[in-house]
Amino acid sequence: MPVPREGAPAGERPPRREGPGGGGGGRKQYFRRRKVCKFCTEKIDVIDYKDVRMVGEFIAERGKILPRRLTGTCSTHQRALSEAIKRARNIALLPFAAGA
Amino acid sequence: MRNYEMIFIVRPDVADDEVQKLITQMESVVASAGGKVEKVEKMGRRRLAYRVHKQREGFYVLFYVQGTGDTVKEFERRLKVTDTVIKHLTVCMDDILQRAEKFKALRAKQEAKRRRSKPAPAPPAAPPVPAENAQV
Repeated sequence: MPVPREGAPAGERPPRREGPGGGGGGRKQYFRRRKVCKFCTEKIDVIDYKDVRMVGEFIAERGKILPRRLTGTCSTHQRALSEAIKRARNIALLPFAAGA
Repeated sequence: MRNYEMIFIVRPDVADDEVQKLITQMESVVASAGGKVEKVEKMGRRRLAYRVHKQREGFYVLFYVQGTGDTVKEFERRLKVTDTVIKHLTVCMDDILQRAEKFKALRAKQEAKRRRSKPAPAPPAAPPVPAENAQV
């Protein structure tokens, strides 16, 4: 259960989930991180290089592939995605370098 | 036999019936090289992301083909010698489809697991009952 750490300066961080369910429940409240990989949550199995609208979301303004830390894509899908982007570039659906 | 997706871009200044002629020609190429055309899709005229052979637009044609390596070889050779085709790409879909299959199986498994441990979602349904009792 949430024991306040000694060294922690009070009030630096808002208290984590102590409001409604704090007392009686007995069930531990985990701080669950939101699952953000688009392909996992929307259950997209095949990342299609021809689908420019979907794949195009993951490239930056200048045509670079966006890193995982910005998009939240999981590693498996990031690998498949980069493959798809490179294919799309090859067939001129996406730019290698945009807006130059 | 493997599944392939072959996509190629025809110059935009080629007439539609000539594109159609090229498609039927390529279909016969696949057939003669021991392959089978599953589906042909004309993706239509699109703006290219960059200039190819001084063209800014192109007519995309997509072939779904079942065949061997020789089929692909012959198909690509024909595209290369065809002047109206400015770009082409062949993708072997087997690995991709296999992986998709795996994902699907994995998800089904997880779903089954979640269903087995369903008692957990039941408690949240309990609170409304006391509330109704309180109203009565």
